Amino acid sequence: MDLNYSAEDEAFRAQVREFLAANLPPDLRHKVRHHLRLGKEDYVRWHKIAAAQGWAAPGWPVEYGGTGWNAVQRHIWDEECALAGAPQILPFGVNMVAPVIMAFGSAGQKAHYLPRILNCDDWWCQGYSEPGAGSDLASLTTTAVRDETGEHYIVNGQKTWTTLAQHADMIFCLVRTDPAARKQDGISFLLIDMKSPGITVRPITMLDEEHEVNEVFFDNVRVPVANLVGRENEGWTYAKFLLGHERTGIAGVGRSKRELGFLKALAAKQCVSDGTLLDDPLFAARVAQVEIELMALEVTVLRTIAREDKGPGPEASLLKIKGTEVQQLLTELMLDAAGPAALPFDADYLEGRHEHAAGGDAASDHAPLAAYYFNYRKTSIYGGSNEIQKNIIARMILGL
Amino acid sequence: MDFELKEEQRQLADALRRWIERDYTFETRRKIVHSPSGTSTQAWNTMVELGLTALPVPEAQGGFGGSAVDMFVVMQELGRGLVVEPYFPTVLGARILQLAGGQEELLQRVAAGQAKLACAFGEAQSRHDLSDIATKMTGPADAPAVSGVKTGVEGGGQADCFIVSARGHGGQRDRDGIALLLVEEDTTGLVIRDGRTIDGRRTAGVTFDHAPATLLAGPGDAWPLLEAAADYGAALLCAESVGVMDALFAATLDYVKTRKQFGVPIGSFQALQHRMADMFIHLEQARSMAMLAAVKVDSADAEERRRVVSAAKARVGEAGRFVGQQAVQLHGGMGVTDELPAAHWFKRLTAIGVTLGDVDYHVRRFAGLEGFRVAG
Ligand SMILES: Cc1cc2nc3c(=O)[nH]c(=O)nc-3n(C[C@H](O)[C@H](O)[C@H](O)COP(=O)(O)OP(=O)(O)OC[C@H]3O[C@@H](n4cnc5c(N)ncnc54)[C@H](O)[C@@H]3O)c2cc1C
Repeated sequence: MDLNYSAEDEAFRAQVREFLAANLPPDLRHKVRHHLRLGKEDYVRWHKIAAAQGWAAPGWPVEYGGTGWNAVQRHIWDEECALAGAPQILPFGVNMVAPVIMAFGSAGQKAHYLPRILNCDDWWCQGYSEPGAGSDLASLTTTAVRDETGEHYIVNGQKTWTTLAQHADMIFCLVRTDPAARKQDGISFLLIDMKSPGITVRPITMLDEEHEVNEVFFDNVRVPVANLVGRENEGWTYAKFLLGHERTGIAGVGRSKRELGFLKALAAKQCVSDGTLLDDPLFAARVAQVEIELMALEVTVLRTIAREDKGPGPEASLLKIKGTEVQQLLTELMLDAAGPAALPFDADYLEGRHEHAAGGDAASDHAPLAAYYFNYRKTSIYGGSNEIQKNIIARMILGL
Repeated sequence: MDFELKEEQRQLADALRRWIERDYTFETRRKIVHSPSGTSTQAWNTMVELGLTALPVPEAQGGFGGSAVDMFVVMQELGRGLVVEPYFPTVLGARILQLAGGQEELLQRVAAGQAKLACAFGEAQSRHDLSDIATKMTGPADAPAVSGVKTGVEGGGQADCFIVSARGHGGQRDRDGIALLLVEEDTTGLVIRDGRTIDGRRTAGVTFDHAPATLLAGPGDAWPLLEAAADYGAALLCAESVGVMDALFAATLDYVKTRKQFGVPIGSFQALQHRMADMFIHLEQARSMAMLAAVKVDSADAEERRRVVSAAKARVGEAGRFVGQQAVQLHGGMGVTDELPAAHWFKRLTAIGVTLGDVDYHVRRFAGLEGFRVAG
């Protein structure tokens, strides 16, 4: 047993660090590290910088523009990006729809979409959930019916919780093509141009007052049959394939390490009766407990990575649950560390229109921490809620 | 022993609840919060008519001389309705005035609903420690002035008068050196930056620059007053939390009974049933402690008051966090949207959690009391 990174791994890490030091724009780093809101251009900018280096899609096969890195290297890349404060490369294109297109798409779909995803020329969003189909995704009711000529699907229905759909050029959707079949068997996987007539996007404001998710309405939207991925009525298989893909990243270990650093720095600046908050035994114990949990999670992630060829499988549920629990605890502790200073709400500051928050000084910059805490409640809900992940562990791993 | 409310208390609660259900709906409140002033004169006037401003003021100053238990009833309902008017800072300020003595006229104005008060206690560095004060009291005792910067002043932009803690002498946390002063809103040397908190209330940063003031309590006398008033405020916030949790719990229970997934109400899943049971247990434990605090906060025995208030604020804070987080979780995606009342109850619970001492602060104070090592 050897739990150390090899010399080659360390050399690789140094190379990644060098790249980040030279290429991550300081204003993006600042926004990420200070929990400010990112706009479309922020995400696109960083994606294109990574793409120019050939590193935007580390997990892809080399033939499509991937890196050829092994799982440990991909993990190091993710971790270093997160530690440095790089914006996330959004998963909807690179990690979600692209693998499905690679595995099941037509030659035309591959040739058209994959390079555009790699270079972030299209912004993708994910149209799975519906008002009546959340945890029970297979009960979705958005329909796609072939028109008389058989060349188009006519799509009707509503998707919801569609992350950042307001920026999207394309949406990948699960739609019902056979209402008579068993509910998992009548679903197809469609790629839909967001500019198609009949699509309406309505914003949903989150509890931190951010516009992050949307409702997407389809009213007789015509979609070329060429945009069907794979075979009709087999969309559920592709959706499951997608869910099983690249899931070690969901633990967010790198990001949590960065936030742990932020938390400690914050607590070390807060003076309490006899020292700083970080010296306070009660608070220090809570921080230490999260840190220990995060250490355990990191090793669990590395154990999963080491079995790369087999893929994480249902164990990914463990990573999702623990990852989000640690993330949420960290936001909670940051809120606690800031104390009353976290309460002022200043959208102008969050969106980068003012250098400091409402109070006007650097101390008031703790203001985003309450918003961040509220926003992060989502992590145990989206991507299959933590309750659903526990059901998966119970059924698939424990055989209950 | 008697845990029942008196008839008048029940009537007041009913009247308040009817007003909120009819005129202070979730939609109305949203409009108020997003209006330029962030508060509503109409709502304030109704609260005055219902007797809320007179309730905590002594009879001699035209009030009803209501007890902390009377206030428990009121705060619970205001919590349920998420009322954002600057009532709490006004009550807290009135408590200081009453404890300090004098200022009869101002108390009369408070009782009549003509004066709103704000308490400028916090500073950028002070977190939960009310003795951590850099703001200075200057000038002679008969013509004092205040200089310094206060943060997180609830209702500061709406107040007619500020009650300010300032340092007469001593180091950063020297309790003996603290004074309490009254500063009129329209005096010289005052800059108020009005803003909003994440839970929809008004908060201000206030800079005092040689602002003329009236002394309420000088060094040596002020700290015990400040501490007692803060405990009173904490007890009131506990009551408010219980109202918030009651409403949030009921909404969540309703949701899990009606929201269907996999062809059944999600409340039929045992994992969620147990979660609801845990929330219920937290809520009832919190209710007990909030009641205890309401009864004991007027206690002459300061040590007993500290013990009970800290126990209550810590226990209620823990419950607030659990109930709030789980309510959001059980609502799924709906839980993290601004359209849903549940999200706003959750935000209010979170804000209360970091106001006048968080869980850790009160656990620490509880364990630091002299009696802790002896009594059980
Ligand atoms: C911020 C955010 C972004 C999102 N982005 C997207 C996106 O881009 N695209 C997309 O398609 N979807 C997206 N989603 C939707 C997300 O996948 C769903 O919210 C999630 O699957 C839960 O569904 P629901 O909201 O309908 O909750 P429900 O399914 O109604 O669940 C409510 C509660 O019941 C619990 N529950 C349900 N069934 C069971 C069970 N069998 N056993 C135990 N407990 C159960 C849940 O865990 C939850 O606590 C997003 C959601 C959020 C919050």
